[in-house]
Amino acid sequence: MTPVLEARQLGKRYGRRWALRDCTLEIPKGHVTGLVGPNGAGKTTLLKLAAGQLTPSEGDLRVLGERPGTTLPKVGFVAQDTPVYAGLTVQDHLTLGAKLNTAWDARLAEDRVAELGLNPNQKARRLSGGERAQLALTLGLAKRPELLILDEPVASLDPLARREFLQALMEATAADEFGVVLSSHLIADLERVCDFIVVLVDSRVLVAGEVDELLATHHRLTGPRRDQDRLPSDQYVVSARHTDRQSTYVVRTGEPILDPAWVVTPLTLEDLVLAYMERRPVAGRRAGLEVLR
Amino acid sequence: MIWLTWRQFRGSAVLTAAVVAVGAAVLALTGPGLADRYARGVAACVTDGTCDRFFDRFFDEYQLLFVLVGFALLALPAFLGLFWGAPLITRELETGTHLLVWSQGVSRVRWLAVKLGLIGLVAVVMACVAGLVVTWWSRPLDGSAVPELAQMTPVVFGARGVVPMGYAAFAFVLGVTVGMLVRRTLPAMVLTLVVFAAVQVAMPTLVRPHFTAPVTTAHELGIVNVGGLHVRQGGGEVRIAVQAAVPGEGGAWVLSSTLLDPSGRTVAADGQDAPVAVSGTSGPCSPQGSRAGLDPCWTELNRLGYRQQAVYHPIARFWPFQWIETGIYAVLTLGLTWLSFWLIRRRLS
Repeated sequence: MTPVLEARQLGKRYGRRWALRDCTLEIPKGHVTGLVGPNGAGKTTLLKLAAGQLTPSEGDLRVLGERPGTTLPKVGFVAQDTPVYAGLTVQDHLTLGAKLNTAWDARLAEDRVAELGLNPNQKARRLSGGERAQLALTLGLAKRPELLILDEPVASLDPLARREFLQALMEATAADEFGVVLSSHLIADLERVCDFIVVLVDSRVLVAGEVDELLATHHRLTGPRRDQDRLPSDQYVVSARHTDRQSTYVVRTGEPILDPAWVVTPLTLEDLVLAYMERRPVAGRRAGLEVLR
Repeated sequence: MIWLTWRQFRGSAVLTAAVVAVGAAVLALTGPGLADRYARGVAACVTDGTCDRFFDRFFDEYQLLFVLVGFALLALPAFLGLFWGAPLITRELETGTHLLVWSQGVSRVRWLAVKLGLIGLVAVVMACVAGLVVTWWSRPLDGSAVPELAQMTPVVFGARGVVPMGYAAFAFVLGVTVGMLVRRTLPAMVLTLVVFAAVQVAMPTLVRPHFTAPVTTAHELGIVNVGGLHVRQGGGEVRIAVQAAVPGEGGAWVLSSTLLDPSGRTVAADGQDAPVAVSGTSGPCSPQGSRAGLDPCWTELNRLGYRQQAVYHPIARFWPFQWIETGIYAVLTLGLTWLSFWLIRRRLS
């Protein structure tokens, strides 16, 4: 099966500044994928590249098996801050979608607008942040894409609007078969909707995989102080923390942990992601700061 | 795509069209009266040979309106470039809506093509209507204008005929292209204005004079081409200066007008005066001798061999020049259009 997104040594440069560099990633079909990482990690750049809004400076990128740009009709994109035309009405936006897309589902769009209780004749500038985001999502969904990309769709929403938005997204993905990639710097948002997660830090993919599998194979080990090289070789250390007498490890392993000296606790998705983010090398952090600047 | 373009553009289109329509209506209502007065005045003056005086009076009366209408027409293309061209892309970039519209099923090249085509067409049509109405309305005034505002002179030439179409197309595409490079509305508007004004100044000063070789001829001195005659207090030296007008060549664009002495040397350059070898104490050019009019003085100067040398483009070149200049702006517009398509594919986010 062709992956929905496949990047190899992908890079994007603005002048002399690299917004994304050396990014290699594969997202298989049939998932709601969460892209998580700190600000400046290159999430937006990666998503814009995938949506065909940017052209890569180097490397190779395939979306649905094709070069982005040719995939415009098949890929929906809801950009950061969910932009809509302030001067156009809700109905105008639906007309816009209908005129500019071949596979437009007018029924779906109108039903959603009615369901949301939006007045079709209202100017978009009078909509609340949550309503605006829902309108942008409606445009993305009614396009009937094979892949829907959302860049920080809930970042500027209040908790209630945030939940409603993610709820709507989940319902839509449950009803139809299409891939979703959404980014957020808040793991809690993603935990609710995603079954596949990608952690991106300083353009590098630190971990990518199905959420269930990741949670099943990652453990926190707490016990008497022990050096890292004395751990079994099948336990891949994600992060390590030591006090004088105690060691805490986050490890990844497919095998059961049998050592009775350890207290083994499961990780939440947030713990897991943070463990990977913590791990980035000092040199990498410095480079990351430069990228930010 | 046409629907969206029109939906976004209709507000400013209707507003601008209304202003242009009101202006055109005012000119359409006043034009016939103006032409009528001119025709009757000319009919009356040819019988007694006082047409020069009639022209002066007639033009004087309408000079303010004449200048205002001209400037309004010169400003129209700049306005279109500033308010239609520059914000076209920058407003989308500033609000982020370019990401909304570019992720629909229509490629951004087609999106730009429709925007440029439709709005550019409206801009050109508007400039065309305004240009032709003004040309028609000001015909009597162009016939009687002072030499400084003759029909071929840069300020008036640009506000007549078909060149406003070229200016409007160029200004609009310039605004769009600058907007893509600058990406912010206000700086884009400022830069558009600066560049457009620079081109508008460079064209008549550097390019237009060389469309064809200007005519160079020597003319006898007279009331038309002598701008000043000074006799020093109490008699003595007489100084004359020629002005930028050519006898028998009304409406011409005079590039240079100099005074030649009897041996054919240039004694006074543009705008300067020079002494001439006639008496200021007695004779036709002295204050006493010229009480009956200056005609005997011109005769005396011409008899001595003084001449005006004029380099100019006659009014007959008006339409050829209009088409040449419109063509140049059309080529510039095409170049900028190509650049804007290149930018939207390569440079823009």
